[in-house]
Amino acid sequence: MAKPKVATTSLAGCFGCHMSFLDIDDRILKLIELVDFDKSPVDDIKKFTGRCLVGLIEGGCCNEENVRVLQDFRAHCDILISVGECAIAGGIPAMRNAIPLEECLRESYLKGPTIYNPTKTIPNDEEIPLLLDRVYPAHEVVKIDYFLPGCPPSADTIWEALTALLNGKPLDLPYPLIKYD
Amino acid sequence: MNKKLNAVIQGICAKVGKDRTRMVDVVRETQAALGCVSSEAMDLIARETGTHRVEVESVVTFYAFLSSTPKGKVVIRLCNDVVDRMQGMKRVAEAFEKALGIGFGQTTPDGAITLEYAPCIGMSDQAPAALVNDVVVTGLSSDSAREIVAALREHGDPSRLVRQLGDGNNAHPLVHAMVRNNLRACGPVIFAALEPGAALKSALAMTPQEVIRDVKTARLRGRGGAGFPTGMKWEFTRQAPGARRFVLCNADEGEPGTFKDRVILTECPDLLFEGMTVAGYAIGADTGIMYLRGEYAYLAPFLEDVLARRRAQNLLGAAILGKQGFNFDIRIQLGAGAYICGEETALISSCEGLRGDPKNRPPFPAQKGYLGFPTAVNNVETFCCAARILARGAGWFAEMGSKGSPGTKLLSVAGDCRSPGVYEVPFGISLAEFLAMAGAEDAAAVQVGGPSGQMVGPKDFGRTICYDDLATGGSVIVLGRGRDVLGVALEFLEFFVDESCGYCTPCRVGNVLLKERLQAILAGRGEPADLEYLQKLGETVKTASRCGLGQTSPNPVLTTLKNFRSEYEKRVAPRGDGLQPSFDLSAAVADAQIIAGRASVHAAR
Amino acid sequence: MNHTFTFTIDGVEVRGRPGQTIMQAADEAGIYIPRLCAHKELVPHGSCRVCTVFVNGRPQSACTQPAAPGIIVENETEALLAIRRSLIDMLFVEGNHFCPFCEKSGNCELQALAYRFGITAPQHPYLFPKRDLDASHPDIFIDRNRCILCGRCVRASRDLDGKNVFQFVGRGPGKRIAVNAKAALADTDAARTDRAVSACPVGAILRKRVGYAIPIGQRMYDAAPIGSDIEAVRADPHQ
Repeated sequence: MAKPKVATTSLAGCFGCHMSFLDIDDRILKLIELVDFDKSPVDDIKKFTGRCLVGLIEGGCCNEENVRVLQDFRAHCDILISVGECAIAGGIPAMRNAIPLEECLRESYLKGPTIYNPTKTIPNDEEIPLLLDRVYPAHEVVKIDYFLPGCPPSADTIWEALTALLNGKPLDLPYPLIKYD
Repeated sequence: MNKKLNAVIQGICAKVGKDRTRMVDVVRETQAALGCVSSEAMDLIARETGTHRVEVESVVTFYAFLSSTPKGKVVIRLCNDVVDRMQGMKRVAEAFEKALGIGFGQTTPDGAITLEYAPCIGMSDQAPAALVNDVVVTGLSSDSAREIVAALREHGDPSRLVRQLGDGNNAHPLVHAMVRNNLRACGPVIFAALEPGAALKSALAMTPQEVIRDVKTARLRGRGGAGFPTGMKWEFTRQAPGARRFVLCNADEGEPGTFKDRVILTECPDLLFEGMTVAGYAIGADTGIMYLRGEYAYLAPFLEDVLARRRAQNLLGAAILGKQGFNFDIRIQLGAGAYICGEETALISSCEGLRGDPKNRPPFPAQKGYLGFPTAVNNVETFCCAARILARGAGWFAEMGSKGSPGTKLLSVAGDCRSPGVYEVPFGISLAEFLAMAGAEDAAAVQVGGPSGQMVGPKDFGRTICYDDLATGGSVIVLGRGRDVLGVALEFLEFFVDESCGYCTPCRVGNVLLKERLQAILAGRGEPADLEYLQKLGETVKTASRCGLGQTSPNPVLTTLKNFRSEYEKRVAPRGDGLQPSFDLSAAVADAQIIAGRASVHAAR
Repeated sequence: MNHTFTFTIDGVEVRGRPGQTIMQAADEAGIYIPRLCAHKELVPHGSCRVCTVFVNGRPQSACTQPAAPGIIVENETEALLAIRRSLIDMLFVEGNHFCPFCEKSGNCELQALAYRFGITAPQHPYLFPKRDLDASHPDIFIDRNRCILCGRCVRASRDLDGKNVFQFVGRGPGKRIAVNAKAALADTDAARTDRAVSACPVGAILRKRVGYAIPIGQRMYDAAPIGSDIEAVRADPHQ
């Protein structure tokens, strides 16, 4: 029987949740006995090769590409998990949410106290995905099945969640594993 | 400038004896005199009244009619109540904007005129209507909006906008309003003649306990909507320990679609004041306060005049009608634009010069009310009923109406009906009978009891108006065919969001969440699960809120979910793509498309 | 004065005294009723509604409702837990609570309640309001993004500090905490030792230069849920 597949992605995040994932240390050997990795920065597979059991989402959506990737994950994964503060609540990137987009760009590229930008341009290329009006938590864009809070969630939390789901058990995090920081 | 400001503030504070419990009067007068209660003014008021500046700011920022930044000499407040919207408010709004060259919430550059919206100003039967400072203008059209602006530009005097006087006492020189009573059905309790003093004479011939007994025998219940037995309230107040006692009259009718108290205040203030005086005698109070909503400020000079006459007739003042030891007088406390102040403990807070936050109960006002003294708070109509009970007898009263709801009820009807106005009907009348009276036989939906009441459809028209079935403080809004009941429910929610005091979590936050979800559904971005979300959230707000506002604010959603469920169901399609229907990528990238000057690669998918 | 009486909370018989609230009696009996705006040294406020209980079937806030002989109080029912969870979620989405970098994290009562309720994500959509900061004071700052409008600072400043530094202004969703000055906190008589500062259950009012002092793992709510101290009374048979 083929092993179930896991996919991961980092949207508007810092890859910290992926780092924490790698912090499961030697348990990763156990994990690869249980699963194959599909689309993920871990194995650098860029496109889904097939249906996945679990998709791990780090980060919320700050631009249109994040939305497309997240929708792609929803289409390919049976279970979608928001991993970490940014996916769940928008996190640090969402600090811009109460500020109009134009002001954010001006502050970031023109007005900010540490800006060095002699050409006084705001980057604008076809290849740059358009920013959204605000940062959206993942579950405000697609349906999310589970949430692993934390910044990042601890390796134990991620391990606990994955093994439970792979064994068909309900995901019920014990008190010490629910942390928002 | 500072000296002048100082003198103005000192004068205003001196008028109320520098009493900080009269803060609402102080800041109202400051607003009227200076066009705002500026930061400097707050400091001076705090100094004069011996309080903290932030306490003044707390009051100023609570009431819609007060402002810390300058407003125009004339403020036009266009009523944006549901009924006004149904009757062409939008065209009037556009005409005002165009004629003034400003949007709502703005002031003309010359500082002459401010344009604002106001929630229901109690003129739903002559909508669209607006307040121009204290002057009411009714039956507005885009033409009359333009005329009003032109006239104000010319002379700047709102009182000169009244060209045609209304009927009855609306034409009284002290009222001088174009408001019409639209009194369509007079009953024996409220709208019957009363010889001033008649009820009081019969009360003073009895002991206070006997007066309370009579009110109990009549089984009078509060007319504001909640229906608490009035006699019992008076008895509790009388029995509660306290050095003083107070009678408070709730003339803050703010429930959208309610305007029956306005007609009482205009046409039978004696009956009302007599009822308050009877209550004063019954509970042993020496002071009554009538809390008059700021929207009805145009009635204040007339009511003051009635009070003065009653003092001259010894119907108020010391040893009333020769009864030694019975001293009672009434003052009018004007509100400043806050629906929540119709809640009895919020009303007390406002009378005490505070923000109109409701108070924790217990203690109840009967135990500890105004300034901590036992206080009976009743509705305008309730006092009128009490006076009539004393004049005509408890048995006479109790025979009218239905078993659990004796007497008559004033209903104010507006919306899609031929005869909007005020009706005095016996309790127990069926909604269908009443709709026939009002010329609304083919109504598609009726909001009974205002936004905090229930939205019912034709299958419920056989139900009766009474405390045990369709309870109402008096508002009946008729929606004809083609009206969007969910659109109306959304407007009601917006009203509650605006009018929540913000004290407790469920009301402050929950109503915003209800509103946003309903908005998404109406925008075609809902899904079937949203109905359960609304139901649960609505119930949470209802259960957990601290006062009557929050406990009823989800009713627009909960009663339409119950009675008009198909309206929801046809707007929410099940979908299996795992996407959130509420997320709108096109809208989310709209700003970026403009800034970057290119189209989204993904939004069109 | 010692006229004690009994009533029940979730079927457990509890002793009460005249003048006690349901919450006070429950605390003494070792039964935890969740709360945010309530504080042992402050007059009850009844605003967060997290302590909502049913008293003889009617919803009441346990922090304001007097205990009375024979009343039947429901506390930890499924319906009430759902309501409280919804209220906690509301407080999260109403503000901007960035726990990862908040100095109060681990000692925050709102966060601790969410942990106790096992909340991994709020059930309501975030509102992302625009709120401001006041860092004008040399020793204290206000971050209104984190304020839950519980009014503990208002009461503590008035009743414990005797100062009236804080008060609510505005109404409805626009309600916010203001300071007793024209411009900013620096212009008030607030001091770093004010009880109003330590009374804040979240990270809205904090002392400067003492953030992150307690290592993760040793903070108030890292290991044991909020309310454990109260429940310990009940667990200990000698009490």
